[in-house]
Amino acid sequence: MSATFRLPTGGLIDRDTALRFTFNGRSMTGHPGDTLASALLANGVHAIGTSVRYGRPRGIVAAGSEDPTSLVQIERPFPEPMLTATTVELHDGLVAYGLPGQGRLADEPDPARYDAKHVHCDVLVVGAGPAGLVAALTAARGGGRVVVVDEQDRAGGALLGTREYLGERLSQEWVADIVAELRGTPGVLVLDRTTAFGVYQDGFVLALQRRTDHLGFDAPADAARQRVWRIRARQTVLATGAHERPVVFADNDRPGIMLAGSARTFLHRYGVLPGTRAVVFTTNDSAYRAAIDLARAGLDVATVVDARPAAPSVLAARCSARGIEVRAGHVVTGTEGDARVTGVRIAPLPGADGTPETVDCDTLLVSGGWNPVVHLFSQARGMLRYDSGLGAFVPGEELPTVRVAGSATGALDLTSCLRQGRAAGLAAALAAGFAPVDEDELPVSGERTDEQPGTVMWRVPGEPRKGAPDTRFVDFQRDATVSDVLRATDAGLRSLEHVKRYTTIGTAHDQGKTSGMITAGLVAEELGVELSEQRPTTFRPPYTPVSFAALAGRDRGELHDPVRVTAQHPWHVARGALFEDVGQWKRPWYFPLPGEDMDTAVLRECRAAREGVALMDASTLGKIDLQGRDVGSFLDMLYTNKMSSLKVGRIRYGVMCGVDGMVIDDGTVIRLAEDRFLVTTTTGNAATVLDWMEEWLQTEWPHLDVYATSVTEHWATFPLVGPRARDVLAGIAPDLDVSNGAFGFMEWRDTVLDVGAGVPARVCRISFSGELAYEINVTAWHGLAVWEALMAAGERYGITPYGTETMHVLRAEKGYPIVGQETDATVTPQDLGMSWAVSKKKADFIGKRSFARAENTRPDRKQLVGLLPVDPQVRLPEGAQVVGTDRLPDPPVPMLGHVTSSYRSAALERTFALAVVRSGRERLGETLYVPVGDDLVPVTVTESVLYDKEGARRDG
Amino acid sequence: MTADTSSRTSPLTAWADRLADLAPALTAVERPFLTQLTVRVSDPEAVVAMGEALGVAFPAAPCTFTRGGGPFGDVEVLWLGPDEFLVVARSELDLRVPVEDALRAALGPARGAVVDTSAQRTTVALSGPHVRDVLAHGCAVDLHPSAAPTGTCVQTLLARAGVIIQVVDAEADMFTVLVRSSFAEYLAAWLSDACVEYRAALS
Repeated sequence: MSATFRLPTGGLIDRDTALRFTFNGRSMTGHPGDTLASALLANGVHAIGTSVRYGRPRGIVAAGSEDPTSLVQIERPFPEPMLTATTVELHDGLVAYGLPGQGRLADEPDPARYDAKHVHCDVLVVGAGPAGLVAALTAARGGGRVVVVDEQDRAGGALLGTREYLGERLSQEWVADIVAELRGTPGVLVLDRTTAFGVYQDGFVLALQRRTDHLGFDAPADAARQRVWRIRARQTVLATGAHERPVVFADNDRPGIMLAGSARTFLHRYGVLPGTRAVVFTTNDSAYRAAIDLARAGLDVATVVDARPAAPSVLAARCSARGIEVRAGHVVTGTEGDARVTGVRIAPLPGADGTPETVDCDTLLVSGGWNPVVHLFSQARGMLRYDSGLGAFVPGEELPTVRVAGSATGALDLTSCLRQGRAAGLAAALAAGFAPVDEDELPVSGERTDEQPGTVMWRVPGEPRKGAPDTRFVDFQRDATVSDVLRATDAGLRSLEHVKRYTTIGTAHDQGKTSGMITAGLVAEELGVELSEQRPTTFRPPYTPVSFAALAGRDRGELHDPVRVTAQHPWHVARGALFEDVGQWKRPWYFPLPGEDMDTAVLRECRAAREGVALMDASTLGKIDLQGRDVGSFLDMLYTNKMSSLKVGRIRYGVMCGVDGMVIDDGTVIRLAEDRFLVTTTTGNAATVLDWMEEWLQTEWPHLDVYATSVTEHWATFPLVGPRARDVLAGIAPDLDVSNGAFGFMEWRDTVLDVGAGVPARVCRISFSGELAYEINVTAWHGLAVWEALMAAGERYGITPYGTETMHVLRAEKGYPIVGQETDATVTPQDLGMSWAVSKKKADFIGKRSFARAENTRPDRKQLVGLLPVDPQVRLPEGAQVVGTDRLPDPPVPMLGHVTSSYRSAALERTFALAVVRSGRERLGETLYVPVGDDLVPVTVTESVLYDKEGARRDG
Repeated sequence: MTADTSSRTSPLTAWADRLADLAPALTAVERPFLTQLTVRVSDPEAVVAMGEALGVAFPAAPCTFTRGGGPFGDVEVLWLGPDEFLVVARSELDLRVPVEDALRAALGPARGAVVDTSAQRTTVALSGPHVRDVLAHGCAVDLHPSAAPTGTCVQTLLARAGVIIQVVDAEADMFTVLVRSSFAEYLAAWLSDACVEYRAALS
């Protein structure tokens, strides 16, 4: 079908290229430069979709992102829901459908790239309309770094929708010259198709750039489709323009009813007429210019209905000259039609001459005045002021770093907009420390200023027929009517914020761009209050919808979160390890041999550690180097036990509590010298513990001579565990006397390993398994080589690499708790049976005060115990509850505690668990029950230490 | 004693070829095994003495680094905090022990700390016409030459990894990024991904 509403000439479109697209199953053509909306209008299509609650046909109301109704679902090139046809740039092969209020997300992964980029500037200008362009040029000529963002595919702003002269030249030529100069100025970045959607503190502005959407199927796969610009500007000029405001009347939502200025934009920018015969309904002068332009282009404009008592005489005369009747003192009281408006009911206002009449037409153009786009100014915490002449909120104050220029201030004529742009650009440049050069004279607009002021009318007087549904729509997308607003005020709501939430007006994709001001006016009218005393609703980001894909950017897939690995990681991968995520670290979980399942592999690894020798990569453990004269006393405060008495060359285990006395971390403390210690932390708490130390050092005890430095990644750390560990170590550390007498438990030695030309190492005799064990520390540079050397040296003893699961089983057999598994921020050292690690002699330490609290000394606190299922093959699920009876009583069931760890033990030849149980240590020998599915599994309470209670294995 | 150098591996050994492939959009080369010591000191005399021991004065201005030569060859001192510095000896020799000894001697009885953190981070030299573009995709710090001249040194996030960025030569678009060893592969993967568009534009 041919494009019957496309004019033979005019518009900023490439008529030589035809683009095929499909809408609601129908094939049509348009041109580069079109939006989906303009191409549809060119094809005579006004009905887009249906409304969300009432299923009423809805069309295209506006030409830009303020449009409340033209929601479409894109199907091809890639499914995307809830876009407005007015913001979708047409491309070849586009397939779209109109939506009944809601769309669907793609059920396949989005192949497009999205990214983000930071940019810094002296002056950011939002909006490349006349005011913004002048502001940007003024700032740029001063030499500052300038960023200009504009939502449209080309600069010009409101000038794109008119045909005006600036001085002697068409405004488009003037725009092109300024853009060329800006683009050619070093330090200036001009971003089109870029919407500033959020303004935050300190000049931080987020903007979304649609980089390849308009290319459709030709979009390059390696270019980011959309980019979030993270802009930090010293000064910001908002030249965001104004949105035309509708007037509410009955059946104001039919397709074919459009804002007058938008129809003018469709004419001048796209060479499209909105229909064949139109009625224009206005409260101000601007719609006359639309009527005249459209009539000149061939639209049959039947009448201009002006709500003001008198029409502007010059404009009215120009209308008459074109055969357009002008009716002052009249309003539109309703419309007829179904999928398209077919007639408009017109009536005189009280006191005006005339009779009600219905005028046949297929187009109704409406103007209720203009709302300055103050969204971003409001986001910047700028106060708004009600301008009763405009019937709109305008910026009400000057902000130190945010200026507003152009019609965003409420200025209605081009000459004022240009002057404001110049002033704002100059002020911003000066504030940013630049002195702009002398400027050329600003051009003078050929368009006349308004003859007479507009009147403010939120809705046409009159009520719906009794019993009939209200069709006076305020928010089209939410299907919210005047009656809905009145229902809110009748319910006693006075605040606009409450009315917004009650009616949902302003919460759809358009965020109330065309409905918000009207709602405020209706509420004020109904409550009999002045709008100047009403607080407008808060504008919040985003100004226009932003997809989650764009916000996620490239933080997807392998880049979603950093994966931290040790130097030995490639070896683990090659050996077939499965990995466990611990914080951001990948730790080997277990190393299955071919055909082994997890249980088999873990039993084998455990057996090796208890009977032969096994090796683990514990390099992820946090390590903090502490230097200074006061480290000993600092650690005395940090740990529950005494550290200052530790001798150089020795190691002590320590528990750390919060001020509430609850365990936050544990680890070993090594004394390297009188004034130097090295402490280890759990893998997941390395940064937390360092921050904890710094917090105390910087805020409470700055007098202490203590310096804490993370060395976590400097060291590779390998526990070498098992009865043959000493043999393996002796083989690789020829200078070290490894005998028990010379190198005792909880001691450390520095030595040189027989690896390459010799690798310095620190060996610590500590054990987290109860077995003879050495922890070998070398720099991460040497980690892989030393790991391989240990594997080679241990080969004849059957050395077995093991992972975190086996580590967990071995320590659980010994009743050693793991912070974060046995503890959950409600567990004290005493609950863990570690009173021995809590000093009774120290005057003070963090958490000490809390141990005396009644709550901490209750006898029925949950305490760490072992649980042995009566059936030795049953493994309890971790997290399962513990109850006291073999039959569940009616809820609420008294819970005694829960299972914290549960494993199958090679050494015990059975399953076992650790649990925290109320008064657990008084229940040793008792039978308790663990609900698992529909069963209650009987378990026997035991001490937490289940293996080698006398510690005989420690020395090998 | 000096540790064996033949048996060392660096965090980005496996990434050398993939990083090299990013040229000419981005020249990215790991400079591994540099001697690095974290120094905590605020006593002014000790600061001067340490600088003299290395042949390079410690940076006085925040977020800068100094560079000089002395008994340990090329040495850089990076300002990391009001009393925190990172000494980096650019030599290929393992100078950890002698530099630590020299710094401790210079510190004398003053309050402070000297810690060998050489393997804690690796360094990646970045250069090329798109280096600022690539960094701007993940770094919020203004690296424009007017804001970050040669000698700038900042601790910040690059994507989701903590890094130290040195502006080695602002006019020649040369930077050094120091990254924790465990994050190095993540950062390399991120850098290569950030280059996709610039590489495509050049091909």
